Amino acid sequence: MATPHAPPPSSAAKQTELVWSSPACRQLIRNHSLRGTGVLAWGPAAGRQCYDLLVIGGGSGGLACAKEAAQLGKKVAVVDYVEPSPRGTRWGLGGTCVSVGCIPKLMHQAALLGGMIRDAPHYGWGVAQAPHSWATLADAVQNHVKSLNWGHRVQLQDRKVKYFNVKASFVDTHTVCGVSKGGEETLLSAEHIVIATGGRPRYPTHIEGALEYGITSDDLFWLKESPGKTLVVGASYVALECAGLLTGLGLDTTVMIRSVPLRAFDQQMASLVTEHMAGHGTRILRGCAPEKVEKLPGQQLRVTWVDLTSDRKDAGTFDTVLWAIGRVPETASLNLEKAGVHTNPVTGKILVDAQEATSVPHIYAIGDVAEGRPELTPTAIMAGRLLAQRLSGRTSDLMDYSSVPTTVFTPLEYGCVGLSEEAAVARHGEEHVEVYHAFYKPLEFTVPQRDASQCYIKMVCLREPPQLVLGLHFLGPNAGEVIQGFALGIKCGASYQQLMRTVGIHPTCAEEVAKLRISKRSGLDPTVTGC
Amino acid sequence: SIGKHQEGLVPSRRLGNVRGAAGPPSPPGRRARPPAPGAGRLSGAAREELRRRLLGLIEGHRVVIFSKTYCPHSTRVKELFSSLGVDCNILELDQVDEGASVQEALSEITSQRTVPSVFVNRVHVGGCDHTFQAHQSGLLQQLLQQDPAYDYDLIVIGGGSGGLSCAQEAAVLGRKVMVLDFVVPSPRGTAWGLGGTCVNVGCIPKKLMHQAALLGQALTDSRKFGWEYSQQVRHSWATMTEAIQSHIGSLSWSHRLALREKAVTYVNSYGEFVEHHKVKATNEKGQEALYTAAKFVIATGERPRYLGIPGDREYCVTSDDLFSLPYCPGETLVVGASYVALECAGFLAGLGLEVTVMVRSVLLRGFDQEMAEKVGASMQQLGVRFLRKFVPVEVQQLERGLPGRLKVVAKSTEGTETIEGIYNTVLLAIGRDSCTKKLGLEKIGVNVSEKTGKIPVNDEEQTSVPYVYAVGDVLEGKPQLTPVAVQAGKLLARRLFGGRSEKCDYVNVPTVVFTPLEYGCCGYSEEKAGEVYQAENLNVYHTLFWPLEWTVAGRDNNTCYAKIICNKLDNDRVIGFHVLGPNAGEITQGFAAAMKCGLTKQLLDDTIGIHPTCGEVFTTLEITKASGLDITQKGC
Repeated sequence: MATPHAPPPSSAAKQTELVWSSPACRQLIRNHSLRGTGVLAWGPAAGRQCYDLLVIGGGSGGLACAKEAAQLGKKVAVVDYVEPSPRGTRWGLGGTCVSVGCIPKLMHQAALLGGMIRDAPHYGWGVAQAPHSWATLADAVQNHVKSLNWGHRVQLQDRKVKYFNVKASFVDTHTVCGVSKGGEETLLSAEHIVIATGGRPRYPTHIEGALEYGITSDDLFWLKESPGKTLVVGASYVALECAGLLTGLGLDTTVMIRSVPLRAFDQQMASLVTEHMAGHGTRILRGCAPEKVEKLPGQQLRVTWVDLTSDRKDAGTFDTVLWAIGRVPETASLNLEKAGVHTNPVTGKILVDAQEATSVPHIYAIGDVAEGRPELTPTAIMAGRLLAQRLSGRTSDLMDYSSVPTTVFTPLEYGCVGLSEEAAVARHGEEHVEVYHAFYKPLEFTVPQRDASQCYIKMVCLREPPQLVLGLHFLGPNAGEVIQGFALGIKCGASYQQLMRTVGIHPTCAEEVAKLRISKRSGLDPTVTGC
Repeated sequence: SIGKHQEGLVPSRRLGNVRGAAGPPSPPGRRARPPAPGAGRLSGAAREELRRRLLGLIEGHRVVIFSKTYCPHSTRVKELFSSLGVDCNILELDQVDEGASVQEALSEITSQRTVPSVFVNRVHVGGCDHTFQAHQSGLLQQLLQQDPAYDYDLIVIGGGSGGLSCAQEAAVLGRKVMVLDFVVPSPRGTAWGLGGTCVNVGCIPKKLMHQAALLGQALTDSRKFGWEYSQQVRHSWATMTEAIQSHIGSLSWSHRLALREKAVTYVNSYGEFVEHHKVKATNEKGQEALYTAAKFVIATGERPRYLGIPGDREYCVTSDDLFSLPYCPGETLVVGASYVALECAGFLAGLGLEVTVMVRSVLLRGFDQEMAEKVGASMQQLGVRFLRKFVPVEVQQLERGLPGRLKVVAKSTEGTETIEGIYNTVLLAIGRDSCTKKLGLEKIGVNVSEKTGKIPVNDEEQTSVPYVYAVGDVLEGKPQLTPVAVQAGKLLARRLFGGRSEKCDYVNVPTVVFTPLEYGCCGYSEEKAGEVYQAENLNVYHTLFWPLEWTVAGRDNNTCYAKIICNKLDNDRVIGFHVLGPNAGEITQGFAAAMKCGLTKQLLDDTIGIHPTCGEVFTTLEITKASGLDITQKGC
């Protein structure tokens, strides 16, 4: 595949030394036109504009890439267009992160605060359990998101990045046609094009009523009224996070899981996560699949499902049905075939190499739309920034997609980095893997006598000294904060022995990580006792 | 080793050398010398095997002398023992094949590189000079006469975190162990059970009261997050302290249980040395008992200091009293600017009390001063009042009661100005004094620093008396933290009784101040880093940050702060880590682990953040202080 500094293929070879300057770009286009590439829309049409870099998609990755390139002196444009969800929800610049990143975390915080209100009387605060107002929360969260959207626009402006609120599709390998809401067309040409269109929630269109009556995470956080009694369908982290926070806000919530929760995560941790949720009021239907959604007189929805083991049918009534069964990459409307960009026919995602280049060397894809990449905001941001730096010759560093830490913001948070126990065993063999683990009780849980039976840590290591750490899994309060630093240690090639030489910070939950002494192999009780 | 620490006996040059080089960042002096030729070539396993054999030799014989046939000092020592009519086990290192390796291993065990190296009844007496001095002082005869049938293998004086961990580990290793623990009541009459400061009057209750204060903040936030309650929320001090005390009671109980399970003898008596290897234990009723042991560990910790002004002991409380105070302290003056002072002031304010902090000079001495000032500023935002550069000179009682009313007269440290204030409670948190004065240490010759009252030890926690060790807050120049004491105690027991060699590593110990906005740090402060490496060799990266949870709550967006200090000359290695923000404790722990593994700025840049957390801010630090660029916060 091409290196990032390689000139565009074929005709552009003679412009190599001029690559990245706008005159070169214009020259290139003239060449294209003269050679009759068959693009009728070209020519001196009004509205055609020319850039060093064009980013399609104004989410975390795209914006980071655009801003970085502009900072490095490039002429950059971003096109972004939010196709309204089937329920009509739309939002501003900033991409998915705000809707499946920041917002759920804020809603999760609201749910955690509910727990704190329950704790407070034990700590002496004279407060009775309070009802929750969805409208107040939604309003506050939406205001925050709108300020973020606005902030993104201002940042683009500050960095002289041109922003177009248009829907983009490829015309040829260097040109994109953007259509505005009003149907107005703009032609945009660029030396390099980055696709960062992300993904959108998948609808189970084969299920009767799914599209008409169901909503997704795109809509949930923009609801003006409380979703009420909710059925969440799916086993992804989005499904569990949504179900957890709805339960935490006091709503009657059910999750329907077809097979296993949090596939690709460590399965012992995943089952502790669901066990905790079940113990805290979320109803979990395992091994069930929905068949039909009907609207009842009034506003309620009747959902029919089948229990896959017994084949028995069952039904329930809900106010809201939320699909969280996965996400579809946003590639359909891009006209990728016009540019010759290849996708994986199964996933629909764009195939990329280590440089983030697609099958067309000067077209790149980053973030959730790229095949085989972790669907995480900070990953996309870093990939975007590194790409911009490579394109301007600042670095040749590639994005390292290994050991990416992540956290699932379920009521009891689950943070992890590195390999799951299953993956470690599959890769190294059971006899070469040592797992250290502990059930611990956060100090803050003691006074309100909260149940800590799922607060659990495990460290997956190689068995041979010095016992390189392969993975770390933490289930408990503030898991994201706990895991971040350890992720660095693991990136540094930390061994079990090194981590055990770290002095703990007392009294925290994180200190339990530095005190893991019981191996699974020993069969000893991993419950931490005493101080 | 005995050699290094017979300060009173030997004006030893070696002592100076070792001390001088023993600052945390530099390796111990003896390692700075090149290894002897042929030494240190053994593989890890072979070295461990050799070490075990040596320890076996030392354990198994009354007198062991490592010697060289041509060494005149060795000859003198051998002659001394023969004149005493004592049979010795002598290993001539120049006559055995692995002599150099033995010498290397010995130096790891004893910190002494030279021969002769003399052991009597498992105690390392030292080289020639020390052996003769021990002979003159009578110590050698005592060691030789030592009845191996001591009552215990180990007596630990002090049942706090360090002492208990050492005792339990020694018991696990099959030794007969006793713990003596006795809490002398505070001037206000407060006393508590087993477990020491951390459990009873330190980390545990303060973190729980901090949590109570955080919950108060959470209640305020929660309205913004849609939780609706109309009632005025009040706080009940009694409910909180009862809940906390009941948790502490259960911890204290579980400590006793753990000792019983491990067959450690626990005696609730005050221990004090009466002669070598012998302590007198006095219980609450004044009944005395004598116990002997082969080895001792002093882990008596510290207690709060008083001002020494009229009215302080009569009317003021300390952290020893606060956590079990049977009534709400009301309007409180906190005297001092230690972390204890600021933590207490913080949670009292968070519980809704009027709080004033009287500070003699700087906040959080020894911590990064930029961070300390930011901690102070964040507390001021919460309504804590600071009186800087004043010291109390008198406390008078105006009214008795629970709480009563006290008048405090204070004078300026800079001029003649005096001020008066009226408070319900005065909490002294001006520092802590080691409990070393009434231990009879002078009777057996354990050195205590005159200035600090602390006990100097070598890097194996050994005091100037070879069979007496010390761990925890009584140590001179070591971090005063529970986990450090726990680790030191455990490793000490393993070295003493388990044939292990690992020493407690006091470098890069992370710590957190649980003020309302928590402050976590690891490694150097900016000031200290500048002293050690020169400011021009440092890159200081920093930023303000806005926790996502604070946005909706409408809290200030430029209060939380992150800073790292990197050494340009060493690959931009991170040598200082500082964070001021919610959950700083949870954040700092992992970064401390990463620093142990050699964290560099490049690695921070290469690591992907976890979104949305506070910790992720460290993976995107771009602005150096030197650049002077704006670090205020905007978007996501």
